[in-house]
Parts: sequence; C-alpha cells; structure tokens
Amino acid sequence: MSNIRFEQIEGKSLGFYTLITGLWILILAALGSVYYVEHYGHFVTGMNNRIVWGIPHVFALFLIIAASGALNVASISSVFNKKLYKSLSRLSGLVALSLLAGGLMVLVLDLGRIDRLIVAMTEYNFKSIFAWNIILYNGFFVVVAIYLWMMFERRMDKFSHKVGLVAFSWRLILTTGTGSIFGFLVARQAYDAVIMAPMFIIMSFSFGLASFILILMASYKWTNRPLGNIIVNRLRNLLGVFVAAVMYFVAVYHLGNLYLAENAGIENFILFDGGIYTKLFWYGQIILGGIVPMVLIYHPFTKGDRSMLGLSSVLIIIGGFVQLYVIIIGGQAYPMELFPGKEILEGYGDIAQYLVSLPEIFLGIGGIALAIIIVTFLVKFLAFLPESLEDDLTDSYHKG
Amino acid sequence: MNKTLNRRDFIKIMNATTTGVAIVASGITLTTFASVNEIPVTNKKRWGLLIDTNKLTETDIDGMVNACQQEQGWGTETHSTASQKPGWIKKLKVKDKATNKVSNLALMCQHCEEPPCVDVCPTNASMKREDGIVLVDKHLCIGCRYCMMACPYDARSFVHETLNNQKEHMPRGKGTVEACTMCVHKIDKGETPACVESVNSEAVIFGNLYDESSQINQTLKIIQSSQIRSDLNLNTGVRYSGI
Ligand code: SF4
Ligand code: SF4
Repeated sequence: MSNIRFEQIEGKSLGFYTLITGLWILILAALGSVYYVEHYGHFVTGMNNRIVWGIPHVFALFLIIAASGALNVASISSVFNKKLYKSLSRLSGLVALSLLAGGLMVLVLDLGRIDRLIVAMTEYNFKSIFAWNIILYNGFFVVVAIYLWMMFERRMDKFSHKVGLVAFSWRLILTTGTGSIFGFLVARQAYDAVIMAPMFIIMSFSFGLASFILILMASYKWTNRPLGNIIVNRLRNLLGVFVAAVMYFVAVYHLGNLYLAENAGIENFILFDGGIYTKLFWYGQIILGGIVPMVLIYHPFTKGDRSMLGLSSVLIIIGGFVQLYVIIIGGQAYPMELFPGKEILEGYGDIAQYLVSLPEIFLGIGGIALAIIIVTFLVKFLAFLPESLEDDLTDSYHKG
Repeated sequence: MNKTLNRRDFIKIMNATTTGVAIVASGITLTTFASVNEIPVTNKKRWGLLIDTNKLTETDIDGMVNACQQEQGWGTETHSTASQKPGWIKKLKVKDKATNKVSNLALMCQHCEEPPCVDVCPTNASMKREDGIVLVDKHLCIGCRYCMMACPYDARSFVHETLNNQKEHMPRGKGTVEACTMCVHKIDKGETPACVESVNSEAVIFGNLYDESSQINQTLKIIQSSQIRSDLNLNTGVRYSGI
C-alpha cells in the first residue's frame, strides 16, 4: 500500500466550478419542485390512486441500489483481499455513500408528508420491511463511514478487513431489504416473488459498478491523472459479468412467472402486449441496457476502447432506470387479480395510466446531482483518489 | 404498547394539532375512538358486513357510494383528476367467465384480520382496532403509500390536494392515505354504517361476526358466502354472497 499516494484534487479550474454550479442548479430545481408539489398538492404530479409510486421512486431505488453496488470494489479489495482494488476502495466507499444520500433525498422528498420525517425516525413498526430499510440505510451510512475512516487512518488499516466484511454483509442485507419491498407484496402479480431479492442484488452490482466506472474515468480525465489499462480492463470484465448475470436473473424471473398460470396475465402484459411497458422492456432494458453494452464490452473491435466502456456504462445505467420503471410503474399499471376466473366489466381492472410530470423528473435528477456534488466536493477536500493509477504502479498489486 | 385513548381525547388531539400544538405521542397508537360511556372496543367483537349481490341492485350501490361520500366528505376534491380522487367505496360489475353471470357489488376496505396494509406501514399509522376495524391514524401517516401498494383490494386512496369543510369526525388531510372506516364514529355510538343504512333491503347486513345472536352471524351460518381473494388468507370482515 505504501507506494500509493492518495491526494485531493485541485478543484480550482473553470470546469470544476462550472460542474458545481450546474449541479447546484439541478438541486435547487429539485427543491423548487418539491415546494411546488407541497404547495399545490400531489395532484400536480402524474401519480394517482393506482400508480402511487411514480418516477421519483424509480430514481430513488436506482440510486439506493447502485449505492450498495458501488461498494463492491472496496469489498473485493478487503473481503477477498484483492490488492489491485485497494487503490480504489476509498472512492468506492465515497460513491456508495453519495449515491445513497441522493436516493434517500428523493425518497424522503417524495413522501406525502415530508414534515413528518421525525415520525418515520421515531415510530417503527418492526413488521414493516420499509421500517427495516430505514434502519438499514442509516446503518449503511455509519458502517461505510467507519470503513472509510479505517482506510484513511494508517493505524486503523489492520481493521479494514473486518470492517470491510461488515460493510459487505450490510450491503447485501440492504439490497435484500430493498428487493423485498416488492418481494413481499402478495397482492401484486408483478411482485411477490422471492427472486426479487437476489435479482436486486445482482442489479446493484451492475448499476453500481457502471456508476463507479463513470465517476472514476471522469475524475481521472478531468484532473489529468494517469489511469492505466490494467485496472480499467479489470473493471470492464467485471462489468460484463454483472450485466450478463442481470440478464440471466431477468430471464429466470420471467420464465418462472410464465410457468405459473396465475402470472400469465402480467407476463403477457410486460413481454407482449403492454404497449409502452413492453417497448421499454425489450428496447430499453434488454437491448439498450443489456445486449448492446455486452457487445461493446466483449466485441474485439470495441473491447479496448475506453470511450466504449464509458458508453456501455451509460447504457447500463439507462437500462437500469428503464428496468426499474418497468418493474415499479408497469407492476402497478397492471390491475390486481381481484376475482380470479371472473372478468371485471366495470369499476376496476383497466390498465392504470401514468403521465410523468416535470416536478417529479426534476426531483429525481436532483437526487443524482446531489450524489455527484458530494463526490466532487469530497474529492477536493479529502484524499480519496490515488494520484496515479498507472499500469506499472497497479501492476505490482496485480501480481502481488 | 397499545394504549387506548378515548374519543374525547382523540378530538382534543385533533384540535390541539390545528392550533399548532405538537403532540408527539410516541409509542401511543390511537387504537380506538370509543369512550367508556359508549360501546367498549374489545377483541370479543368483530365488526363485519355481509353483502348479498343477488339482492343488491345497481341503485343500491350508487346509494351506498353517495351515503359514504356524504357521511365522510370525500369526493368533492376540485383539482384532482378522476384517478386521483379518493374512492372509499367502488361499484364493481363482475362477470363469471364460465356462466356469464353478472354480479354487481360494492367494494370497500375489507377490514382484513391479517391486514397487509398494517404489516407494511412503517410508522404504525395503519392499525387494526381490537374489534377488527382497520384505520389510518392521520397523525402518524407520512404518506409513503406503501400500504396502497400492499392492499390487495385497491381500497385505499391518497389525498392529492388541500381540503376544507371537513367533517368533524373525519379529519382528512393532504398527503395522507385514507380508506373506509366502517363508519367507526357511528358504530361506537351504537349506530350502523352509513352505507348500510342507505340500503332499504336486506342486501347489506352489518353486525358483530362473533355474536351468535346477531343477524350477520346467523345468516353466515346458513348461506354460502365468500371472501374476495380468500386464497390470500386475510380473513376479511366484509363477506359476499352470490358471487
Ligand atoms: S382491505 Fe386493504 S386497506 Fe382494508 S384492511 Fe385489507 S389490506 Fe388494509
Ligand atoms: S401511507 Fe401512511 S398509512 Fe400508508 S403505509 Fe405509509 S405511513 Fe402507513
């Protein structure tokens, strides 16, 4: 470890200030939207009594899932003792915390009664997976913060393996909790499947790593620090495996559902005749967010190209949003089976409509902006980034 | 943990909040509105409804929906779209795929014995009274809408706008979730829910499911009845016959 030098970034360039200003504007736009919705009421959103979780939930869950996945790089380094990743651990912890903060901001500001946050913090129904999640999220902050401290303090380095193990287990439980929010909704055909939890975990690996790679490459490029191929190629291979695993889980989930007659309706809806949801599923989630990135990652023509890796990461993130949109909004749009064997002629049973509204989108983007601004600020004030990740430096770890 | 507050206390709390006095009653759940002078809330009772779809006419159902709106004051929202407006009770038309028999029925909160809405509510705002009535405590509800995701009967509504002219017994609030209360404010005074009162025939029977001498108990013993989505094992308080 001793020959890796972590150093703050300068953060004085025009680019840095432009970035910060841009992000602030997005965050303010999000807060403005929240004020607007609060002032007028939720009727200004696209949400209604059938689609109760809208686009803000898509953003929030994406960020929360990606947060736990972003910690993977650190976990691999300390849990499995891969030295190569050690140089990236600090950044990995930071990205994880920032994404979670962004996600929670969106989640909390989307509540009907934001002013009652204190109630959510003091009144717990321990039967509720939601309540567990509040505890899990807060705990994640604490665990990762301690983990980072271990990494920053040389004296504490000897504990970082153990704390890393705790953080790793914590993140697995956390994503299980997030997936279980859906997995336990017995009434809804789209959810109510135990596979939701592992599927969310593998989604977190993929979305988290894609976000991490983008942040890593951007910060090295913008600060003119050397970033060698060894580390980039490692991350690329890992990303490819994760994307493939997500596709595998999606396939198992849908095949499993198709096998159960009671779920034929929802499966038909998502896979074949669900209009916008079917299109989003095939074009957005599967092709754009899965197949294309895989090709870019593995095809000999594009394999070595860093901008192609960047593009794959962007596509994986977009595909991830689409996937969550299909799960969350599509799952609600499809009516619940109230009378099996019967047809509802009137009163219920239609496909629910949802029209995304601007305030909701602004709120979601604000969450992303918050995550990025935290990373940007902290790498300026604390030594998160190795000064160099050149090949001959990382090479010694690679072999070591 | 469940402490019982009486009706007067409950109204006091309502007033206190409106005058801006914050009462943080942590650990206290408003499990009942009933006072000692009125009918006590105990688990010896289980309030329920029996809806006979063979007797229930479409006019009856419209009457039930109206009566509920009048009694509880929902449905006058001016800004919310049709799909955003609350609906505590719905009129449903259901056709049997095999026999083509069409039934009309009223669908409201089923007051489940094992209510998923209560299980998932992070703050204990969704709660079940001792006598089986499922309510939302408007002071604890943070508007997360998880209960709406969990309810298998689409029974709950979210209030999408600021309200005024509310009924004293039903302090509804923007940003919170609400559903049929089985007219708990009337039951606690020994009266019958508004929807039941509005129907002139025997198509809807209200009463204590546990009481052997009650009409609902006796009728349920002799006729075929069903629970909607009985496969979910929620043991609903609202039963149907003829479907
Ligand atoms: S019908 Fe829905 S709202 Fe009513 S008790 Fe059952 S789960 Fe809760
Ligand atoms: S919306 Fe209110 S009642 Fe429903 S789960 Fe959330 S806090 Fe509980």
